[in-house]
Amino acid sequence: MTPPAIILDSIGKAYQIGLRSPADEGLGQAIKGVLAAPVRNLRRLSGHAPHQETFWALRNISFEVPPGQVLGIVGRNGAGKSTLLKILSRITEPTEGRARVRGRIASLLEVGTGFHPELTGRENVYLNGAILGMTRAEIAAKFDEIVDFSEVEQFLDTPVKRYSSGMFLRLAFAVAAFLEPEILVIDEVLAVGDARFQKKCLGRMREVSRGDGRTVLFVSHNMATVRALCDRCVLLNKGALVADADTETVVEQYLDLTMNQASTVYDFSDRTQAWEFGTGAARFTRLEFAGVRSSFVNSTADFDLLCTVLARDDVDAFRIAAIVKRLDGVPVGAAFAPDHASLRAGETGTFRLKLADLGLAPGRYACELKLGKGNPREGRTEFDAIDDVLHFEILPETAADGSAGYWEPAWGSIRFADASLDRVG
Amino acid sequence: MTQAATTSTAPDAPETPRAPDALRETVIEPKRGWIAVDWPELVRHRELLGFLVWRDFKVRYKQTVLGLGWAILQPVFFMLVFWLVGASAGIDTGAVPKPVFYFAGLLPWTFFSVGTQLSSQCLVNQQHLLTKVYLPRLFIPTSVIVVGLVDLAVASVILAAIMGIYTVAPPLQALLLVPLTALLLLFTLGVGYLFSALTVAYRDLRYIVPFFVQAMMFLSPVIYPVALFGDKLAWVLKLNPLAGIIEGFRAAVTGSPVDWPALALALVMTLLTLALGLAVFRRIERRFADIA
Repeated sequence: MTPPAIILDSIGKAYQIGLRSPADEGLGQAIKGVLAAPVRNLRRLSGHAPHQETFWALRNISFEVPPGQVLGIVGRNGAGKSTLLKILSRITEPTEGRARVRGRIASLLEVGTGFHPELTGRENVYLNGAILGMTRAEIAAKFDEIVDFSEVEQFLDTPVKRYSSGMFLRLAFAVAAFLEPEILVIDEVLAVGDARFQKKCLGRMREVSRGDGRTVLFVSHNMATVRALCDRCVLLNKGALVADADTETVVEQYLDLTMNQASTVYDFSDRTQAWEFGTGAARFTRLEFAGVRSSFVNSTADFDLLCTVLARDDVDAFRIAAIVKRLDGVPVGAAFAPDHASLRAGETGTFRLKLADLGLAPGRYACELKLGKGNPREGRTEFDAIDDVLHFEILPETAADGSAGYWEPAWGSIRFADASLDRVG
Repeated sequence: MTQAATTSTAPDAPETPRAPDALRETVIEPKRGWIAVDWPELVRHRELLGFLVWRDFKVRYKQTVLGLGWAILQPVFFMLVFWLVGASAGIDTGAVPKPVFYFAGLLPWTFFSVGTQLSSQCLVNQQHLLTKVYLPRLFIPTSVIVVGLVDLAVASVILAAIMGIYTVAPPLQALLLVPLTALLLLFTLGVGYLFSALTVAYRDLRYIVPFFVQAMMFLSPVIYPVALFGDKLAWVLKLNPLAGIIEGFRAAVTGSPVDWPALALALVMTLLTLALGLAVFRRIERRFADIA
């Protein structure tokens, strides 16, 4: 029997959370804080400080991955998925436990790591390939395929700083798509570019995992993708391994967990960088379902979404869009608000987004909120996007006779208005 | 240096996939204390170092009007300033023509000061390379410093021109420049490893490094000859490897007697600095992704 490609044995990772600095308590306190900082830090260096809090991002994670398997790692934000990938990629080291990895491992935690804006597309392909662990000969052998896949052939000798973000992502993903390590670790990076390119990436992913028998660890929020790609999944929750089984079972558990942890208020005021998308000219700081007490709603209800936005720059005529998705990530539909909202730099505004008559069928849903301006014709700028929030479940309607209404998932996600029926012949 | 644990154990793996039992096994576990440099890993990834050097070279002068001209202008400008200041302060440079004296000193000094300043910032300026991917991190400061050799080579052409003007014929001794440059490179690498890693952990270094470089300028015989000091004081000065290296550069191009004991001391101090730099770098490296 072939030995496992990866063995994890009681892996744990702890972070020290520093004590809150007094900087946010007014100018006087802030100045005092700055003046006292050297003393405080010296005390900390010499180990005389009040001890810091330890936070376990991961604890007691053990599992094995046989060679050739595509393993999905799923969990809510902050469950420890990225930390686990970073440990296996040797970016950060575990605090306890041990892992054994057989074969070359390449990690794709971000597309375009090491891309340099001043260098041309051609130069970046080589540089990025080398950073991801390819040899010069390997890159040269795959160069034409990479360029072909990226669809940016005519801009190959242009510095990538002149690329549109779409071109940049396509080229960056193309390099990664032709990596040939024995073990590939991928974090959510398929969510790049337009839908057509995403599909192409998925196809390539399937080729890599199925055709070439590579071991793949795959993190995604999109359960449809996980279902399509993974042989088996592990579910992490708050740093612990809570499920390890076939994909279907774990995806169901994940969706249950999502609904159980669903809230009507989401606070994004201290988002980590990994979560940020878009230019950041303005960002969501808080999202709320207004006027509902739970995330279980009736299909006839209108949705009032309260979006709190903090502007970094002056932004005018921006637009908020809501994309409603099935809980497994498949989009159902989108609604766009008229683009006449504006904010001054530093200003915070709360906007009510009213979604009426969605006609959603009973089932579980989530939203993606987008903030931006412009249109596809004249160029579009995304300020911010938050995916997989505002989870809700549409409950079946109660029929007149008191029995619960019934909806088959195979009927889709929209319940159209009742059809009329007339005898015409 | 004690070694608690290392990563790879299996013998050198092939670059192309083979049967599973031929695969390299990597053990990932917490490490404690001082960690030895993983030389086989560096050798395995040597191509990446080549790519990084090539990138740093390309990027260094992109979008500058003068390009490599800066590698010439900087030392030429300082040579003129030093010449002027040195002349008015009455600094005795011996039999060596002043431009040759200053320029020969400025070559190694510029390499050291630019290398130190750029390398100390290189990790914090490229945090993605620490937090989003794994690569032998020692390569990052190494490539920044190695690129300085190009500047050094270009400026050397100017030195040759100046020597031509003052009809200072290059002696056979000029071959000494090769080992001297190697020594200079090793010392700068040691300092670069030390500061780049410390800057990730303590951002105070942003303020300390410029101080350090400025202080080193006065503590090195860039603008004055070591001979300016008495024998006793000169020995203290020579604890700084740059003293031996800079004086060595001058001796090499002018054919004046080489201060071998000073060079031996410079070699010892360079190796100590390099060992310290590597040790500190490796110790902090395992926390890079957490603190960057």
